[in-house]
Amino acid sequence: MNTCPEHIIDYIHDYLDGDISREHEQELKRHLHTCSDCKQLMQELSETIAFVKSASHITSPPHFEEAVMARLPKPKSRVGMQKWIRRHPLFVAAAVFCLFMSATLLGNFMDDRQFSVTKQPNLVVEGQTVIVPKGEVVKGDIIVKNGDLIVEGEVDGNVTVINGQYMASSAVVSGKIEEIDEVFEWLWYTIKNSVKSAVTFEDKQATK
Amino acid sequence: MDALVNKKIKQVLKGDQNAFADIVSLYQHKLYQVCYRMLGNKQESEDIAQEAFVRAYMNLHTFDQKRKFATWLYRIATNLCIDRIRKKKPDYYLDAEVAGTEGLDMYSQIAADDQLPEEQIEQMELQDRIQYEIGRLPDKYRSVIVLKYIEELSLQEISEILDMPLGTVKTRIHRGREALRKQLNNL
Repeated sequence: MNTCPEHIIDYIHDYLDGDISREHEQELKRHLHTCSDCKQLMQELSETIAFVKSASHITSPPHFEEAVMARLPKPKSRVGMQKWIRRHPLFVAAAVFCLFMSATLLGNFMDDRQFSVTKQPNLVVEGQTVIVPKGEVVKGDIIVKNGDLIVEGEVDGNVTVINGQYMASSAVVSGKIEEIDEVFEWLWYTIKNSVKSAVTFEDKQATK
Repeated sequence: MDALVNKKIKQVLKGDQNAFADIVSLYQHKLYQVCYRMLGNKQESEDIAQEAFVRAYMNLHTFDQKRKFATWLYRIATNLCIDRIRKKKPDYYLDAEVAGTEGLDMYSQIAADDQLPEEQIEQMELQDRIQYEIGRLPDKYRSVIVLKYIEELSLQEISEILDMPLGTVKTRIHRGREALRKQLNNL
């Protein structure tokens, strides 16, 4: 057998795999007629296969199915939630958008606890109270954040007080007066302002 | 059968856990048999076969329903078996000398589990003998021989299950057959 061409062994295996061409099969058969060693190898390999194939079928032990089902993780509501999310991507996107929007706006509201006032000449600031003194005329808008405003003189413009009180005795205000306390009013104000500025920006662009 | 299985899979994916019981009952014998032939131990095989089903359940959403479910299931099970066999392998060398002794290596320390004396083998029942000879094969040959001759799968399916090229599967079957032949001849 040592003198046999090596490809004959390959042919034997191909034959056993049922994966051999006609020519190779004929060449193999011719060789097996003349070579008793190869013939014996072929015989032994076939017997080996028959030996393994005679293994009896094995069935799983009783209650196997129940045991598997008992080992499965309990269905979680989380899984249902994930599915729901996967099915409604638009809704989820909208919800996430709203969440972030309100978060930033509210965040701004919370950060804006500091007292601030629009810089105008002839305004008097006492602690957290802004006073337009008697006899004075303020030209332009006044915005007071987190403080009170007392107008004793004249204002030639709009007055806005956020988180504070507007007090006037005999004041003359040529523009609008607004007081904003609540979170939602503040939100409304911010949105209105941003829209307004966007519009005026466009107007400016258009006039250019 | 494939249509039925795919229908059951869809039910499971919709959250119907009970539909999975039908899948288990369809494949339990096949899967248990592979595990038993690979591992040769009833308790372990039951554990691994159950584990394979649990993993299939957890990863069911990754299964491509255009493919054959049995192939996918076999793949999970054979991987688990091969892992288990590798874990069992001792991580010390048998040739190493045992500390405090002279000329005594680890071979003399282990129970003759791998190789039984000739007389004992000859007295074995045929079925025990088959399992014993399969168990003596190196695991890379054992898996292909079990899939080919006990599960009677095609070479193409085996190549998908074991995730290796068809050529490699052929070579391993050839060598596995040859190794088995030598084992049987040595007696």
